[in-house]
Amino acid sequence: MDITSKTATAITRDVTCPFCGILCDDLVIQNQDEKLKILENGCPKAIASFEKEVPENSPKIKGKKVTLDEAIDAICRILKKSHTPLIAGLGTDAGGIRQVMHLADKTGAVVDHMHGNGLIRNTLVLQDLGWIMTTMSEIRNRADLIIFAGTDTTNYPRFFERAIWNKQSMFNLKNDKRQIVYIGDKLNTKAGINPNGKRPTVLNCKTEQIGEIISSLHALVTGATIDVKEIAGIKIKTLETLAEQMKSAKYGVIVWSPGELDIPHAELTIQNFCEIVKYLTRITRFAGFSLAGNDGATTANSVCAWQSGYPLRVNFNKGYPDYDAHRYSTRNVLKNKEVDSLIWISSFTSDINSPRASIPTIVLGTPDTKLNFKPDVFIPVSTPGVDHTGQLFRTDSVVALPLKQVRQSPYSSVDSILKQVIERM
Amino acid sequence: MYIKLTNGIVYDPVHGINGEHRDIYIRDGYITRKPSSHVKISKTYDLKGKIIMAGAIDIHTHIGGGKVNIARMMLPEDHQADLVSKTNLTRSGCGNAVPSTLTAGYRYAEMGYTACFEPAMLPANARQAHMEMADTPMVDKGAYAMLGSDDFFLRMLASKKDQAAISDYVGWTINASQALGIKVVNPGGINAFKFNQRQLELDEVNQYYGVSPRDILKSLARAVTELGIPHPLHVHGCNLGVPGNLNTTLETIRAVEGMRMHLTHIQFHSYGTEGDKKFSSGAAEIAEAVNKNPNISIDVGQVLFGQTVTASGDSMRQYAGHWHAHPKKWVIMDIECDAGCGVVPFKYRDKNFVNALQWAIGLELFLLVNDPWRIFLTTDHPNGAPFTSYPHLIRLLMDRSFRNDMLSNINKEAATASTLSSIDREYSLYDIAIMTRAAPAKSLGLKNRGHLGSGAIADITVYSDNKNKEKMFSKPDYVFKDGELIVRNGKIVKVVNGATHTLRPEFDKGIEKSLKRYFEKYQTVSLGNFKIDDDEIVEHGNGKIIVQPCM
Repeated sequence: MDITSKTATAITRDVTCPFCGILCDDLVIQNQDEKLKILENGCPKAIASFEKEVPENSPKIKGKKVTLDEAIDAICRILKKSHTPLIAGLGTDAGGIRQVMHLADKTGAVVDHMHGNGLIRNTLVLQDLGWIMTTMSEIRNRADLIIFAGTDTTNYPRFFERAIWNKQSMFNLKNDKRQIVYIGDKLNTKAGINPNGKRPTVLNCKTEQIGEIISSLHALVTGATIDVKEIAGIKIKTLETLAEQMKSAKYGVIVWSPGELDIPHAELTIQNFCEIVKYLTRITRFAGFSLAGNDGATTANSVCAWQSGYPLRVNFNKGYPDYDAHRYSTRNVLKNKEVDSLIWISSFTSDINSPRASIPTIVLGTPDTKLNFKPDVFIPVSTPGVDHTGQLFRTDSVVALPLKQVRQSPYSSVDSILKQVIERM
Repeated sequence: MYIKLTNGIVYDPVHGINGEHRDIYIRDGYITRKPSSHVKISKTYDLKGKIIMAGAIDIHTHIGGGKVNIARMMLPEDHQADLVSKTNLTRSGCGNAVPSTLTAGYRYAEMGYTACFEPAMLPANARQAHMEMADTPMVDKGAYAMLGSDDFFLRMLASKKDQAAISDYVGWTINASQALGIKVVNPGGINAFKFNQRQLELDEVNQYYGVSPRDILKSLARAVTELGIPHPLHVHGCNLGVPGNLNTTLETIRAVEGMRMHLTHIQFHSYGTEGDKKFSSGAAEIAEAVNKNPNISIDVGQVLFGQTVTASGDSMRQYAGHWHAHPKKWVIMDIECDAGCGVVPFKYRDKNFVNALQWAIGLELFLLVNDPWRIFLTTDHPNGAPFTSYPHLIRLLMDRSFRNDMLSNINKEAATASTLSSIDREYSLYDIAIMTRAAPAKSLGLKNRGHLGSGAIADITVYSDNKNKEKMFSKPDYVFKDGELIVRNGKIVKVVNGATHTLRPEFDKGIEKSLKRYFEKYQTVSLGNFKIDDDEIVEHGNGKIIVQPCM
């Protein structure tokens, strides 16, 4: 976008929204005097994020205003003294993550994402038995049975609009032909009511019991009989009906959100989803779909994998990438004192903040970041897809989308700040 | 500034130079004529007794994109025994079958390769493929866009849209995805699998669209011809890995009715059903057909023994193959009404009849196809073996007694079933220079690569001759990229980025109208965002774009 005059009104179409993992790319955004307004296709999350006021802020060293140059020098001083930095948060775009990886390699750092706990739940399943997965456009055109396991998609507000309730699908799949099922605890199932008012099937159970229900369904689809009346409070008859629906679906999908399955060993529940999908694929077509990837999580995981060979969490301290999904979590390396400096990166949100640690701490955060401590260095950063161009991966880990610039920002990008750090190190 | 390579023995098949003493002059990244005697030579390399070839070119190697990254994430055990530490020059990373992008670039250069081409770029995943290729240093790269199972194309074909419109769509795809060629994988089969079809013969129709792989092949081959795309349609045929598929392959050759076609990893498509185990070599028949049909080129997809991972767009055949996964984990994906993929780890065992015969079939093909200009050296990395095994493969081709030693180690029945022991042919250095340099460059339309004539890009590899060709090709003395010394004694001495090669075939922009409608109705990405801008490839500072001319 070319903004030549401060009083210009500019309208940008096909804007990719970077604020959740499904990356809707049909937003129409007006910029009037550097104030943004979403004219079309904004969800509450997008509106709140694009339209929020950007406060004035400046780089700070221990709370004291400094120039960007001085702040970058201070970062270099901390990193030079540091034996093992932790680079965490990682809320940035592909360009930012590329610099993170380079810096991590150079300084022998540990890298982890703020949504690392959710990420590794999927990774562990991938590395144990694998899976069959699908992407959003396939769901939109093919899926006739969609089971939401432990998620109601509230965190991905336009998922149903974008992937399920369509005016048209390629294979003439009418909305009434799509069956929606929810399994989980206190889910908001309103989005699952189809445009003609048909209600979804809802199986209420505790999140911890979802795995049990899926295992029972797995037994039923293989033809086994279960000699009890209820599983996890759900009548066997209900499960038998669902098992039959699953077998007769032409293209079934199980949707989960790894971050929302916040139970011990959630990977076992996810593995249950993946294994019933594999079994059903012997008969018909079935696939999994994971809703995740907020704050650039999918992007961080993908770039980390191609540059280091491993998905997150990786430690470069030995001079080569050392992968351990459990040991190198932000929480564990701080608790176990395996790191002696911290760089926290969050360029999309100020809702998730840097942990307070007793080691030198550098925060690259949005200008509205509010911390309950004074980091050694703070630099306000611009937001990819709002203040500068870039690329992000969608939740399916397949589609990457270009991000547009819709506003001029006085703040630097994570990419450019880290590039300068690397050059000066 | 002139650089002179003197006293070396040159193999440059494009100019018919077969092991002759020639001096080579480099100026500003290009090979140039001998300058007049008063011009100062800044640097002279005395290459007495050494072998000089153009930089090697890999025409089919899965180095970047979604399926490769899935394989990386799925297989930490692949990396743990092959960790690569950072140096003052190079970044850390790891191997082995699915190395990190940086390590892959370094290792290719250290083997004397200066260009690598990713053969299966899904347009829906092209942005990732380009990001990974940009993060693969040292070598030039490029990719072939996968078509043939995408619903837009199948809808056109099913509704009998005229060929010109289909060619426009193919041309649009090359531009939009920044590709260098067109690949088709199990033509229509990836799509049929989404409708729960489990196999698709050449003349079997997709249940929904009513079109057959033969229809798809003919249409795409014609589009490639009409658009003037230098590289022929790159075909991963039907029935990969199925015993008896040699007949499918022979019929596929006939199906294109004389149009140019490249049959990739043909080893996996050269199986008969003879013998007690109903699995036999079809190499002789396939080689005969290739020899007779000058419109056909092939790469082999040689199998070498050990642990690897198969990563393919062929979700249908990969699903069928998942029962053999080793270790027992695998991934299948349906992707964006565009294509799909399957990732299945696999261990080729020399004492296993089928694996041993696959090994022999690949070598039979290499040795029975007469024209090295139409057969390229590949392992379909990582599907047959990791690319780091190329020097070993070259030794198998160049050294009959070594080959026969290896043959005596494999499964006895397979060794007996193969004609390999009776084949005397040994590849010469000239043949190797053709199949790993001159021929791939020619096939891809890279006019100033793959040779050492004046005007060529100075991508040059220098080896010390050695009776053990594996040793020779593992560790070049020098590698020059764009005239700069990047490798000495098999080790990186300078890191460069390499460029991305693309094409810009002309097409009627009117096709975007129907594409826009299609994207708005059915897709979850907008047409504008589907396309990849030059800036996205160049912006990250990892390279430049070279637009190759169409024919």
